[in-house]
Amino acid sequence: MTATQLLDMRDITKTYPGVQALKQVNLDLSAGEILALVGENGAGKSTLMKVLSGAITADSGEIWLGGQRVQMADPRQARDLGIAMIHQELALAPQFSATQNLFMGREMTGRSGLIDWRAARQEARRILARFHLDIDVDRPVGRMPLAIRQMIEIARAISLGARIVIMDEPTSSLTTHETENLFQVTRQLRDEGVGIIYISHHLEELFALCDRALVLRDGAGVGSVVLANSDRDQLVRMMVGREPSEFAQREPLPPGPELLRVENITRAGVLHGCSLTVHQGEVVGLAGLVGAGRSELARAIIGADPMDGGRILLHGQEVRVRSPEDAAKAGIAYVPEDRKGQGLVLGMPIEANLTLPVLPRLTKWGILRTRERRTLAQKLAADVQMRPPDVRRQVGKLSGGNQQKVVLGKWLGDNASVFILDEPTRGIDVEAKVEIYTLIDRLARAGAGVLLISSELQEILGLSDRIAVMRQGRIVDESSRADATEERIVQAAMAG
Amino acid sequence: MAATPNVSTVERLSPRPWSGLLGRESGIIIGLLALCVVFSWLNPAFMRVDNLLDVALQSSITAVLAIGMTIVIITAGIDLSVGSMVALSAYLTADLMARGVSVPLAIVAGLGSGLLAGAFNGLLITRGKLPPFIVTLGTMSLMRGLVLIYSQGTPVYGVPPEFKALIAGRLLGVPAPVVIAAVIAILAHLVLNYTPFGQQVIAIGGNEEAARLSGINVQRRLVSVYMISGVLAGVAALILTARLGAAEPISGTGYELNAIAAAVMGGASLSGGQGSILGTVVGALIMGALQNGLTLNNVPAFYQQVAVGAVIIVAVFVDQARRRNGA
Repeated sequence: MTATQLLDMRDITKTYPGVQALKQVNLDLSAGEILALVGENGAGKSTLMKVLSGAITADSGEIWLGGQRVQMADPRQARDLGIAMIHQELALAPQFSATQNLFMGREMTGRSGLIDWRAARQEARRILARFHLDIDVDRPVGRMPLAIRQMIEIARAISLGARIVIMDEPTSSLTTHETENLFQVTRQLRDEGVGIIYISHHLEELFALCDRALVLRDGAGVGSVVLANSDRDQLVRMMVGREPSEFAQREPLPPGPELLRVENITRAGVLHGCSLTVHQGEVVGLAGLVGAGRSELARAIIGADPMDGGRILLHGQEVRVRSPEDAAKAGIAYVPEDRKGQGLVLGMPIEANLTLPVLPRLTKWGILRTRERRTLAQKLAADVQMRPPDVRRQVGKLSGGNQQKVVLGKWLGDNASVFILDEPTRGIDVEAKVEIYTLIDRLARAGAGVLLISSELQEILGLSDRIAVMRQGRIVDESSRADATEERIVQAAMAG
Repeated sequence: MAATPNVSTVERLSPRPWSGLLGRESGIIIGLLALCVVFSWLNPAFMRVDNLLDVALQSSITAVLAIGMTIVIITAGIDLSVGSMVALSAYLTADLMARGVSVPLAIVAGLGSGLLAGAFNGLLITRGKLPPFIVTLGTMSLMRGLVLIYSQGTPVYGVPPEFKALIAGRLLGVPAPVVIAAVIAILAHLVLNYTPFGQQVIAIGGNEEAARLSGINVQRRLVSVYMISGVLAGVAALILTARLGAAEPISGTGYELNAIAAAVMGGASLSGGQGSILGTVVGALIMGALQNGLTLNNVPAFYQQVAVGAVIIVAVFVDQARRRNGA
């Protein structure tokens, strides 16, 4: 294998004040290999990739590229050396067309010195065809689906001569079909001799796509395994350092009286007469493909988006919910899917975020009682098992799991009785996931009703008392826990 | 570790009660002190108490406007209309007094007009869903036009002496405008950091959607913020009128830019979520000290403009660099 070795990172160490982020990590990658980089959040995956892509400099260690030692001073140099990172947040200019994006910074000029758009377009089509993309190369990419934008970004990287492509959670917002497409392209790149480093929390994906996995734990390399000779449990054991408990499992409770009833919720072109109920102590799973209208239904219920028809009843009484403010007052909590974009004020400390919905209650003569706020925040942080529990830290600096706990925790200080959780475990590590499952169970046991939106079937099946499935803005199936199966849900979600 | 100026985790966790209050602003405070040292070295008269009070007095109007501007900027907004609001309020107050309306009533009218103008801005921004920059650019011109029509372009004189004594007099030797600005600064600092309103405003600036989904009535808060800016323009107008003893329809021109400069020098981020009243006040003092010190050293007015511009850019540059390193 050494003959085709592309990359060899040796003893990479990086220390931040107070934290050793990487401890003598080794990583090697061959041409034509897909290497999975796995580990819990905070294990050092991102830091290691930042070192490789030149965003940060390691304290010590060596990087060898094709047998030559290189110093990675900045991202530009990494790019020139053929290393490309496909970010979770895509780095395309949304108002620019595919052509403009592909040639940004290296515009094709004709003899006159002006940009030769015709040639650029042709070249763009040729590049994109390799990725099975037949799109309008003049359309602003911002109006294209995320999956296509991602593909354009990969195409750009390859056309810039990338030999090593880093993909960080590339499928987190893709549908099953789009994911398949991405896999196909990734395999194609591998067969062309590109080395790929693939980061994902979806273990199934890793087994489906990757050749080998390098496991990191607490900033150190635990080991690397050939995935064909391994299984999910082994990988999880290596990541966590202990036996995996059965993750999503919850003892069902006898449901209490009806808590939330939504009837015929309609929003032109988006939702078509959706009705469902949630009882006290009940977890209702809402399954469906991305784009089936699950988040839209949640947002309509809490008044974040306008409704064209339908009504909402709490304890059998109709309530008017025309804004999230009304929803909060009525006791309906919503944990949005996009925690950074919609759930958190990243520049503010944990305590400010945790107490945002209840600030008016923490006052005396109009003045905020900061000590009381801290006490409440500490209690909430403990409730959601935040680690470390210091509530003065800035939310933007927390791991994904802790951030998610903040978004959830801020509704525990309120008098909420209905919790609508939209993908509450997306992109967080196994341990934090289990803690959020426990929290959901505790909420139900305390008499709350939970509407759980999730794209992970295991999660839906393991936690829900009842499962509704959405497709194209309609609720197309509803089943009890006993009747629900993976097949039935997938069937309902996809049929058409 | 000395090489990395990052705040270490350990350090961040250790209780330093004043770090939150003075940490962020220490840079600009040092800047102000450095400026004072240079000026007093060039001309010892600068450091005399009466001159320093003069600096504070000269800064008071900018400070009052900049405090309102800071709150607006924290919400990721901007208020370009404050200069015109100053002119409108000032002219209205002076004209009412000249026509024999009692001083308290005229003051209420002046403040009220600012409040109304601010509400108008806020409603256009929230109900009309228009960008603050555009709305206040429009109302800047609109209100300037209104005051020109109302005044027919002529100034009002004859501001009653009791009004001047009240607003521009001295309190225990300190010029009243300085006292007014100081009180407003303290109130604004408290409101921002120790009331639900203030925290909600910062949250809105940091992430409007997250604030909305947390049950905060974003529109109402934003209208209030522009009303605060408007009423502070009214306060600035009273100070201006009392100091000049007259009101001109063209007064207040360019004040919005001074206010923005002071806020930004003080650490307010135009993208929202960040800003400090203390920083803003120091920013306003820097502008005042600069003007005063340069005049004291016989620097011609044209050159002063160059110096002020340069200082604004350097101050923000240094602040940004510190922030990048500290983040």
